[in-house]
Amino acid sequence: MAQTAFLESLPQSASQTKLPVESALDESWRDLYLKAFRFMQRARVIEDKLASLYRSGKITGGCYVGRGNEAVAVSAGIALNKGDVFAPLIRDQAGRLAYGESPADAFRTYLGSRLGPMRGRDGNVHRGRPAEGYLAMISHLGAMVSAATGMLLGRRLRGEPTGIAIVTLGEGATSTGAFHEGLNLAAVEKLPVVVVVSNNLYAYSTPNSRQFACESLVHRARGYGVRGWDVDGTDLNDCLKKITAAAQDARQTGLPQLVVATLLRLSGHGEHDDAFYVDATLKTLPVARDCLAVAEEFILQTNLADWGEILEWKEEAKREVESILAEVQREPVPDPFEERWCCLATPGLCEGIDGV
Amino acid sequence: MSVTYLDAIREAQAKALASHPGVFIYGQDVALFGGAFKATKNLLQQFPGRILDTPISEDAMVGAAIGAAAEGMRPIVEMQFADFSTVGFNQIVNHAATLFWRTGVPCPITIRLPSGGTMGSGPFHSQMMETVYAHYPGLVVMTPATVEDAYSMLLEAVLEIDDPVIFCEHKMLYYHLKAPALPTVALPAKHARIARHGKHATLATYSAMVHEALLASQQLATEGFEIEVVDLRTVKPLDTDTLLASVARTGRLLAVGESFPWGGVTAEVVSRAADEGFALLDAPPRRLNAKDTPVPYHPNLWTAHRPSANSIAAALRDLLRS
Repeated sequence: MAQTAFLESLPQSASQTKLPVESALDESWRDLYLKAFRFMQRARVIEDKLASLYRSGKITGGCYVGRGNEAVAVSAGIALNKGDVFAPLIRDQAGRLAYGESPADAFRTYLGSRLGPMRGRDGNVHRGRPAEGYLAMISHLGAMVSAATGMLLGRRLRGEPTGIAIVTLGEGATSTGAFHEGLNLAAVEKLPVVVVVSNNLYAYSTPNSRQFACESLVHRARGYGVRGWDVDGTDLNDCLKKITAAAQDARQTGLPQLVVATLLRLSGHGEHDDAFYVDATLKTLPVARDCLAVAEEFILQTNLADWGEILEWKEEAKREVESILAEVQREPVPDPFEERWCCLATPGLCEGIDGV
Repeated sequence: MSVTYLDAIREAQAKALASHPGVFIYGQDVALFGGAFKATKNLLQQFPGRILDTPISEDAMVGAAIGAAAEGMRPIVEMQFADFSTVGFNQIVNHAATLFWRTGVPCPITIRLPSGGTMGSGPFHSQMMETVYAHYPGLVVMTPATVEDAYSMLLEAVLEIDDPVIFCEHKMLYYHLKAPALPTVALPAKHARIARHGKHATLATYSAMVHEALLASQQLATEGFEIEVVDLRTVKPLDTDTLLASVARTGRLLAVGESFPWGGVTAEVVSRAADEGFALLDAPPRRLNAKDTPVPYHPNLWTAHRPSANSIAAALRDLLRS
């Protein structure tokens, strides 16, 4: 599809968010919405701080944020129960918080703290605690789909309840062989893996028109024999409603789901990237709305909270983040002289170290 | 009653399945069909639900094994041919091999690679992959040459090693190599073995080339030279101590491998001998590998492509003259 045709295929009018007002009046939904919103808010604060650390040279390597992706991410995190499998990608700070990760782990991993999950051996957004069902991504997109499937397979083989898995990806990852092999395997194995794709319109600098040729990625669900969900990634209501429903469906049927949320990435690929290539027209379309601002507007319109409360929550998040960062900056960093330089778990097999 | 190399692989898997509830086999055509080479024949009947056919998806097979291993399982992945493992390469070297280092969670998976050339198999069903995998930190790479090792090393890989093991089993040995019985004692996989004692030169090799090396040594024996054959057994980690001890006895070294010549196990062996055992050498250490082309189809080309007893004997004569 030419870029022009692609732009025309997106919603053109900046219509009001379709608010499920009746749902908003439901108390449990209001609680869930506000809970999700506050994770989004905290994630934005954490990532603004990370970006600021990056710009001041305190972070080595790249820095990747999920600005604009928070509504999708938080909905994935919130849909999971303890013990479920989560394989997040680089734009999922809000989902990681909702899943139960300590906010300190974000800073620990970027700063290489020895108290963090990766201990300076891997960094930036590559973090997880696989023993707790929380996979640590590798950079090769798509690879985590089969790994998450394998975790559920292992549980099923042991005769235990599998729980569900959520794997998040960008649209770029859907072009990889690993994505295809992984989703097909999950479908063949009939395991409840929910693949949540954020189509943020650019994979690094590559627009959708050079990434795939089908009308919508969600159409691929049918080809894999899984249920597909089309989500407005800028609208927390839509994300929460559909992603939690997809998770629920996975729980009930034991089958995989493919969620495709559409939104515009509101940052560069990383903080090193000024995203000059993003089409100016796109930025005027509803797809370019900031999901956090949309959620704020919804909260105010429906009187879930007033502006003062929203600001207070943000200030509270800032205070919390400053205090966590101050602590993490005091934590020990890796020492090459104390590093064992052996990457095998089996004793006695590392050459030059174990007397081999 | 005798046991083939292939029987040993099947029996080791049966024993591993019986010994540990976390063991399962994941691969193409492994269940009812029993595997392309019948290495899993009848295991489905013995262990229902634990021998699982997969789609033709090497990446996803390994990815799923990694996930299951992180959950405490001990999967065996059968690649239909070693050559096809390249499709799962990313999961093997970037995911399985890095998991423990990055996260502290062990990744005990065994990936079986039916390896090496047989006549008429051509470029994509003949390759030796040990060199490629041995390059990566975080992997153990085994290359058993005997029925006994096929059994005991596979058992050790599946049940005792908590890391990803690339198990290179040689297809040429599957049906023809026999032993009277399965072994009851085992040398740990990390140790090399002296397959033949000698004093004039050390011939270090592994997998099917051990048998070509032994034949070559017999030829040299008739010419008055006693060749010491070191079967490396596991190429990563490499048992440098046994290698250098042999070089200390003989003063000469020839390293032989069936894989392509650029880099690899033979280069590593020669490099270690030169680096750590230079003073032990009476002549420059030598290497002999397959030719630097894809593995050819026709038997005339194929037999000339890989090292053979004759070409090894010729290389030994050169070495002994130098």
